[in-house]
Amino acid sequence: MKNKKIKLMQGNEACVEGALAAGMKFFAGYPITPSTEIAEISSLRLPRIGGKFIQMEDEIAGMAAVIGGSLAGLKSMTATSGPGFSLKQENLGYAVLAEVPCVVVNVQRGGPSTGLPTMPAQGDIMQAKWGTHGDHPVIALSPSSVRETFDLTVKAFNYAEKYRMPVILLTDEVIGHMREKIEIPDPDEIEIIDRLKPEKGLDEYKPYEIKEGQVAPEMAAYGEGYRFHVTGLIHDETGFPSNDSKVAGDLVNRLMKKIDDNIDDLTLYEEYKLDDADIAVISYGITARSAKSAVDMARAEGLKVGLFRPMIIWPFPEKQIAQLGKRVKNIITAEMNLGQYVLEVERVANKYTNITKCGKANGELITPDEILAKIKEVQ
Amino acid sequence: MSNQCEIRLSGSGGQGLILAGIILAEAALNDGNNAVQSQSYGPEARGGASKSEVIISDSDINYPKVRECDILLSLTQIACDKYIKSLKKNGVLIIDDSVNIPQRNDIQVYSLPILKTAIDKVGKPMVANIVALAAINAITKVTTNDSLQKAVLNRVPKGTEELNIKALTEGFNLV
Repeated sequence: MKNKKIKLMQGNEACVEGALAAGMKFFAGYPITPSTEIAEISSLRLPRIGGKFIQMEDEIAGMAAVIGGSLAGLKSMTATSGPGFSLKQENLGYAVLAEVPCVVVNVQRGGPSTGLPTMPAQGDIMQAKWGTHGDHPVIALSPSSVRETFDLTVKAFNYAEKYRMPVILLTDEVIGHMREKIEIPDPDEIEIIDRLKPEKGLDEYKPYEIKEGQVAPEMAAYGEGYRFHVTGLIHDETGFPSNDSKVAGDLVNRLMKKIDDNIDDLTLYEEYKLDDADIAVISYGITARSAKSAVDMARAEGLKVGLFRPMIIWPFPEKQIAQLGKRVKNIITAEMNLGQYVLEVERVANKYTNITKCGKANGELITPDEILAKIKEVQ
Repeated sequence: MSNQCEIRLSGSGGQGLILAGIILAEAALNDGNNAVQSQSYGPEARGGASKSEVIISDSDINYPKVRECDILLSLTQIACDKYIKSLKKNGVLIIDDSVNIPQRNDIQVYSLPILKTAIDKVGKPMVANIVALAAINAITKVTTNDSLQKAVLNRVPKGTEELNIKALTEGFNLV
């Protein structure tokens, strides 16, 4: 057997490797702990492959530059943390409405405000969904390991390109900074999706025209000769602003339908020892590792416990969580915040089962023992 | 059950303990084992307490942080005072000989001239981390010596290979 590319790698490094494997050619951002390595490594790697790296004056400009890079035809990414993610929100909304594919990485740290710069949190779960104003679709992914950071970064680019929208990768300080074993897949094992390019000539191209069977409009790149208008205002298929209520309603509904009509494509989760479980732990990202240990510890004591771990946290896997609620007597939602994802779990499964939250927000990981104690409490 | 060893390397910022943790984890991968390395740090870059943690296992490692450790290295008094309680019963404590031997009789203690060896015998204080890794390995056999040497040579700057081999040799000789 040939020597596979097994390495010890940081999560933040794996994020850049995944981005490059997916075809990232542009990174703009403003370095902030604990996401800094993503900018640093991108600045080293991109120039070597003909890509571009720009350090902007702040996070707002970083997000704006990423939108520009993507409109110019390059797969683009930014990375941030804590207050930086707050600053991205306005332009994130712009990218949603203007349908600009891009990847926004948020290596979560303790908040609110500048909070705990060097410590982990999962406090930006609801912000990822509702941080920018208005009704809008959101895709957010949450990896639990270094290898999964690689895989989900690739997926984030693919979803961004396929659905023409920003995709958020939510990691945290521990996933970002810890080093563990990773086997980088060969390029031919990695599925890459690219945005649709216009079929029509320069004169006939309408930037927001949707054809039968398309989930997102074809996308010309600035600089190719196509002339088109991009705006954060509600617009019709020509890209120019409109105040027409039908145009507005149709557009926002079309954006939401990208998610609603493709929910199976946007559902990704792991089930662990759930088959005969009476108690299910729902957990994502770094906390899911503690939850897995807690499940093993509980099983060793004869308790029937399993884990449901969403890798795509938005859109919320409603169908699966509702079914889970019907199967088990208790659901424990473990997350490094004081109760965010659990609100969605309650919305969907409250009528079927008991729901308990297990959370904290002090900069420390939730330990397997803490989750085990919660399991014994509800059992 | 899985065979898991949890190691905490502690000292002050600038002693190369994070690099030591990375090297130890890579040595474990060289042996075909699984490893996770992590660190905690404050906003300061140098001075202050620093620790690096490594978990080595023959199976999956879920919880990535070290709680109670099997092996504790402390190169400074402050670090030893801070982490001595986290060493498991029957655990191995390796301290620089400038550190006072703590009051615990349920652990194995090795007091070794790690910092002095780096300065006097190898001639560079900055290789104390490599001397310490060799000593840890000689005492605990947590990785094979070949894998450790390979990992060291893979990580150290070009041109310092000979210096680091010497640091390893002197570290092995301490035990």
